[in-house]
Amino acid sequence: MSLTSDEVKRVAKLARLGLTEAETTEILTHLNSIIGLVDQMQQIDTDGVAPLAHPLELRQTLRTDAVAETNQRDKFQANAPHVDAGLYLVPRVVE
Amino acid sequence: MSQITDLSFSELKKSINDRVLSSVEITSAFLDRIESLNPRLNAFITITRDVAMQSAKDADTAINKGTATPYTGLPIAHKDLFCVDGTLTTCGSKILSNFIAPYDAHVVGQCKNVGLVSLGKLNMDEFAMGSSNENSYYGPVYNPWDTTRVPGGSSGGSAAAVAAQLTPLATATDTGGSIRQPAAFTGTSGLKPTYGRVSRFGMIAYASSLDQGGLIAHTAEDIAHGLGFIAGHDPRDSTSADQVVPDYTQTLNEPLKGKVIGIPKQFFDDRLDSAMHQAMDDVLDVLKSLGATTTEVSLDHVAEAIPAYYVIAPAEASSNLSRFDGVRFGHRADKPTDLIDLYERSRGEGFGNEVKRRILIGTYALSEGYYDAYYKKAQQIRRLIRDDFNRALGSCDLLFGPTTPSTAFVLGEKTADPVAMYLEDIYTVATNMAGLPGGSFQAPLIDGLPTGYQLTGRAFSESMILNAAHQVQMVTDWHKLRPEGL
Repeated sequence: MSLTSDEVKRVAKLARLGLTEAETTEILTHLNSIIGLVDQMQQIDTDGVAPLAHPLELRQTLRTDAVAETNQRDKFQANAPHVDAGLYLVPRVVE
Repeated sequence: MSQITDLSFSELKKSINDRVLSSVEITSAFLDRIESLNPRLNAFITITRDVAMQSAKDADTAINKGTATPYTGLPIAHKDLFCVDGTLTTCGSKILSNFIAPYDAHVVGQCKNVGLVSLGKLNMDEFAMGSSNENSYYGPVYNPWDTTRVPGGSSGGSAAAVAAQLTPLATATDTGGSIRQPAAFTGTSGLKPTYGRVSRFGMIAYASSLDQGGLIAHTAEDIAHGLGFIAGHDPRDSTSADQVVPDYTQTLNEPLKGKVIGIPKQFFDDRLDSAMHQAMDDVLDVLKSLGATTTEVSLDHVAEAIPAYYVIAPAEASSNLSRFDGVRFGHRADKPTDLIDLYERSRGEGFGNEVKRRILIGTYALSEGYYDAYYKKAQQIRRLIRDDFNRALGSCDLLFGPTTPSTAFVLGEKTADPVAMYLEDIYTVATNMAGLPGGSFQAPLIDGLPTGYQLTGRAFSESMILNAAHQVQMVTDWHKLRPEGL
């Protein structure tokens, strides 16, 4: 399988990843060689093999439903590019 | 005596415990060496001299008051994907070039709890994606053995810093070989523990089902000390194993007599060059002289580990890296016109080429219509690989092989071809797919450059890996070789 330039643009859109026209061209070649590598998987017969998501097949454990964290909003928001009155600011979404 | 910075972590521990050296003396010796050599090696992104000297003074006070642990005052440096409270934590990326971590990673906290002094933050491939450290926004790391060569990656800064004696111990992480391959390229010892052995809390995620924190140092004994305090259950990481942490130093001297070393035939086929084959035979001869026996085993699907890895890891990365959106932390594009423009330009400007490639591959593999052919297929192959390891390790105690196909390559040699770079990890990736512990330790030099051999064990058998490597190090000098002319 190989990708076209339009497919790269579609996937980049899904990933919210801005690419310039020049980047799209360069990345297309690289992605197709990676897909060539990945396609070697198709030579292996995996009929009836259950997918393995996690090496040790651990079960997710539940913790007690108790408050474990304190509010550190100011400390965390010190890293934010744009905040006001404890809120993260983004361009207007709803007119 | 030799210079302070010539000493290994274990030797420094003895010096400080015997009151031969103070933490201030040790810490300032390493900081001075970092400041003199880092401009040529670029192993550190951030050097935290003031914080380190204060910790060293506090350590000496604790030692004098009798409140110290056996590790108080010893130096360490952290790969720059471990969050250190109040310290710049970049993950090798432009997108985190202004990120001051607001909390400590579990591993960092454990190091602080035993009184270690942190010297700074180590360079790495951006988001741990790479095998040469050339993908760092902060510039490549140069191999101390030959500065025209790469130190390996993604933990290139950790490996180069230990090799050049800028720190005796470094944290590192390994998703597909990122501890073991740089250890092999720089003549250091590196251990990737069993998945779940070390908490991932505060470790910036790349591929969560594969990522594992570990250590790089000069010797297996150094790692045995370090693993003792970084391993253990942490309720903040739901995949962290609730298993007792043994004293890894207690079993280092067990005899190897009766141990069976499995030799996967796929690691010694005609793709392995003859000099590397000879280096591996030299190590095997030592293991045999110590009483171990060998048996041939087969890892039938090991060749498919790389293709499957390049679906699973990018798929997980595309999800993990969606948190970098220019809203809550990290780089934000100037004057966004709307929310989509904010996301797309912040990410487009903030991520480097390799990260973009992996996000796109991962997004593609998970997108509608491709899931079965890629992600599901890769997970099925992952099970076959895991079963191969379980079968092989049913007939032996440890698996043995080369860590890398060759010695460190020249900077720029593989940057134009991502697939050639990916194939660098041919001997290491499968271990991560199976979640098993793996270590790389010093083997004979080839043409003046380091090589490494790899030991892989059953889940939670770190003690046995460190025991075998330590026994080899007791009767060989490969781990004592240091780069010259720095």
